[in-house]
Amino acid sequence: MTDQTIGHVNDHDDSHADHGPPKGLMRWVLTTNHKDIGSMYMWFSFAMFLLGGAMAMVIRAELFQPGLQLVQPEFFNQMTTMHGLIMVFGAVMPAFVGLANWMIPMMIGAPDMALPRMNNWSFWILPFAFALLVSTLFMEGGGPNFGWTFYAPLSTDYAPPSTTFFIFAVHMMGVSSIMGAINVIATILNLRAPGMTLMKMPLFVWTWLITAYLLIAVMPVLAGVVTMMLMDIHFGTAFFNAGGGGDPVLFQHVFWFFGHPEVYIMILPAFGVVSQIIPAFSRKPLFGYTSMVYAVASIAFLSFIVWAHHMFTVGIPLVGEVFFMYATMLIAVPTGVKVFNWVATMFRGALTFETPMLFAVAFVVLFTIGGFSGLMLSIAPADFQYHDTYFVVAHFHYVLVPGAIFAIFAGVYYWLPKWTGHMYDAGLSKVHFWMSFIGMNLTFFPMHFVGLAGMPRRIPDYALQFADFNMIASIGGFMFGVTQLLFLFIVIKCVKGGPKAEAKPWEGAHGLEWMVPSPAPYHTFTTPPDVK
Amino acid sequence: MQLNPAHKTIIKATATAVAMFAFVFWVMVPLYNVLCQVTGLNGKTDPNPYKTVPAAVDTSRTITVQFLATNNKGMNWDFKPSVHQVKVHPGEVGSLNFYVRNPSGKNMVGQAIPSVTPFEATDYLHKTECFCFTSQPLEGHEEKDMPLKIIVDQDLPKHINKLTLSYTLFDITEMNNKRTAAR
Ligand SMILES: [Cu+2]
Repeated sequence: MTDQTIGHVNDHDDSHADHGPPKGLMRWVLTTNHKDIGSMYMWFSFAMFLLGGAMAMVIRAELFQPGLQLVQPEFFNQMTTMHGLIMVFGAVMPAFVGLANWMIPMMIGAPDMALPRMNNWSFWILPFAFALLVSTLFMEGGGPNFGWTFYAPLSTDYAPPSTTFFIFAVHMMGVSSIMGAINVIATILNLRAPGMTLMKMPLFVWTWLITAYLLIAVMPVLAGVVTMMLMDIHFGTAFFNAGGGGDPVLFQHVFWFFGHPEVYIMILPAFGVVSQIIPAFSRKPLFGYTSMVYAVASIAFLSFIVWAHHMFTVGIPLVGEVFFMYATMLIAVPTGVKVFNWVATMFRGALTFETPMLFAVAFVVLFTIGGFSGLMLSIAPADFQYHDTYFVVAHFHYVLVPGAIFAIFAGVYYWLPKWTGHMYDAGLSKVHFWMSFIGMNLTFFPMHFVGLAGMPRRIPDYALQFADFNMIASIGGFMFGVTQLLFLFIVIKCVKGGPKAEAKPWEGAHGLEWMVPSPAPYHTFTTPPDVK
Repeated sequence: MQLNPAHKTIIKATATAVAMFAFVFWVMVPLYNVLCQVTGLNGKTDPNPYKTVPAAVDTSRTITVQFLATNNKGMNWDFKPSVHQVKVHPGEVGSLNFYVRNPSGKNMVGQAIPSVTPFEATDYLHKTECFCFTSQPLEGHEEKDMPLKIIVDQDLPKHINKLTLSYTLFDITEMNNKRTAAR
C-alpha cells in the first residue's frame, strides 16, 4: 500500500522527508510538523496553567482569612471567572491537543496529521484568543466577572462592556478546537498504518477519537450560545431576556448541553493516557480492552442526556429531576468499569512506581473520590443543599486536578524521553509528584467539609467558622502552585540534557511510538510500519 | 474530482459542526419554547388572549388567585395590583386592574412578564384580557390603570385551590432602541 491509498491529504510538501526542521523563529510560525505543533500546544498550555494558577493564588490569598484583605469583590469575581476559563480552555484542552498531536500519528504509524496546514492554524489562533481574553482585565469596567459559566443575564444585561471581546475570544477558541478535532478524526480514520485496525488502536487514540466527536458536536453549541449573547447585547434580540419574551433559563439549558460533554472532553483523553501507562508499569496488557472502548463510547453518549443535573434548583418539573438524576447516576456504571479495569490491570502485575505510574495511580484513586462526590451531587434532593457551595468546587477540582491535570503530568513524564531524547531527573520528578499530591489534597479536601457546612462559592469573604479549613486550603494551594515551578525546571533540564534515553525507556511499554528512536526524528513513519 | 477518503471524512466532520451550530438556533430555541408552552414549564402563560368557550360555571369549587407585581432590577415604575387576591369559581371571569406610573421625566416602555405557580396550573389559568400581551409605553410622569381579566379552567386539577399569578415588569426602552437601530 502506498501513502496515497491510505488517504494522506497532500496539502504540504513531502519532498523534504529526510532533513530536519528549518532554523529560527519562522520554523515555529510556519511549521506544519505535528511534533513542532504538539510541543507548541504543550508550552502554550503550560503558560496558561501558570497564568490561571496565578489567579488561583490570588483567590486563595484572599480566602486565607475571613474578611476582605487583598482585593475588591469586583476583582475577586474577575479572578474566579478568568481562572476557570483559562484553566478549562487554555490549560487542560490545549494540553490534550498537544499530546494528541505528538502521539496519535506515532501511535497509529502515520507520517503526520491529516491536515498539517490546518493544524498550524488551529494552534496559532489560540495565543490571539487568549491575549484578547486576558486583555479584557485591563479594559474599562474590568474583565468577565460572571463566573466561567457566564449565566445570562449576568453576562448580558449586567455584564461589563468588555464582554463583547470575551465573546470573540470564545469564538476563536471554538474554531481552534473544532479544527483540531476535525484533524484528529481525519488522521485516525484515514492515516492508520496497514494492519492497525480500529480495535488494535491504543486506548489513547480511541479516547481521542471519541473526544474529537464530542468536540465537533458541542463546541458549535458553545459558539451558538455566545452568539445569542452577542445578539442580545447589541442587536436587541431577546433570547435570554424575559422582558422581550426570552428566558434566562434557556441560557442554562444551552450552556450545559455544551458544558456537560465538555467535562468529558477534558477527562476522556486522561482516561486514554492512564490506560497507556498503567499496563506499561504493571507489565501486563490492559485488562478488558474492548470493555474500555465501549465504556468510553457509552460515557460520551450519556454525556448528552444529563445536562440538567447542573440545574436541579432552577425549577424543573419532578419528572425532569428524576430523569436527569438517574441518567447521571447511570454514568457511574461505565466509569466504574474503567476503574475496575485499571485496578484489575494492576492486580498481580509486576508493579514499579516510576513517576508516570505514580501520577497514574494517584489519578485512579483521586479521580474516584471526585466521581463519588459527583454521585452525591447527582442526587437531586441532596443537591438542593450542595448547590453553589464549596462542595461543588471540591468535586470538580477533584476530577480536574488529580484527574485531567495529573493525567497530563503522567503523559508528559511517560513520553518526555521520547520527545527530548533525554531521561529527566527521576528524583526531582518524584518530589514534584509528592508535593503536588499533598498540596492538591490539602487544598481541595477541606472544601468538602466547608461546602457541606454551607460555605457558598465565588464569594471573597466567609463566616468565621470556615476560617481554619480555608487557611489549610490556602496553604495547600500555595504549595501546589509553587511545586509547578519545579515541574517547569524539570522539563527544561530534560530538554537541555540528561542521560540518553533509549528508544524504549520503559521496559513494559508497548506501542509503535517506542519503535522509533529517542528523540523521535523530525519525520517518522514516512513509510508505514507493519502492524502485526 | 476524485475525493480521497480523508477528504470525505473532513467534509462530513465540518458539516456536523455547522449543523450543530444551526441546531442551537433552529432546533434548541424553538423546541424549548414549545416545551414551555406545552408543559407550562417555568409558569409561562399563553402570550395571546384566550378565546372563551361557553361552559358552565363550576360553583362547587372556589379558587383563590393571588397577584404579585415585581419590578425587575433597574425598573423604577410604580407597579401594583388593585386587589391582592380574588376568589372565583372555575369558568367565571375575574377582573381587576394593575396600576402603573412612570415617575421619571422620560418616555419609557415597559413589558410585564407573567408567571404562574404551581407550574402544573399554568395551562389552566386563562387571560382574556391582559396588559402583558403588548408592551406598555408611558410618557414621563404618566400613570395608568391596566385591565386584567382571568378565567380559571374547569379542568384545573382537583388538588389545586390556590394559584399565584406574578408579573415582573421589565424596562425594555433600551432593547426597543437597539431593535430599531438593528433594522
Ligand atoms: Cu454535568
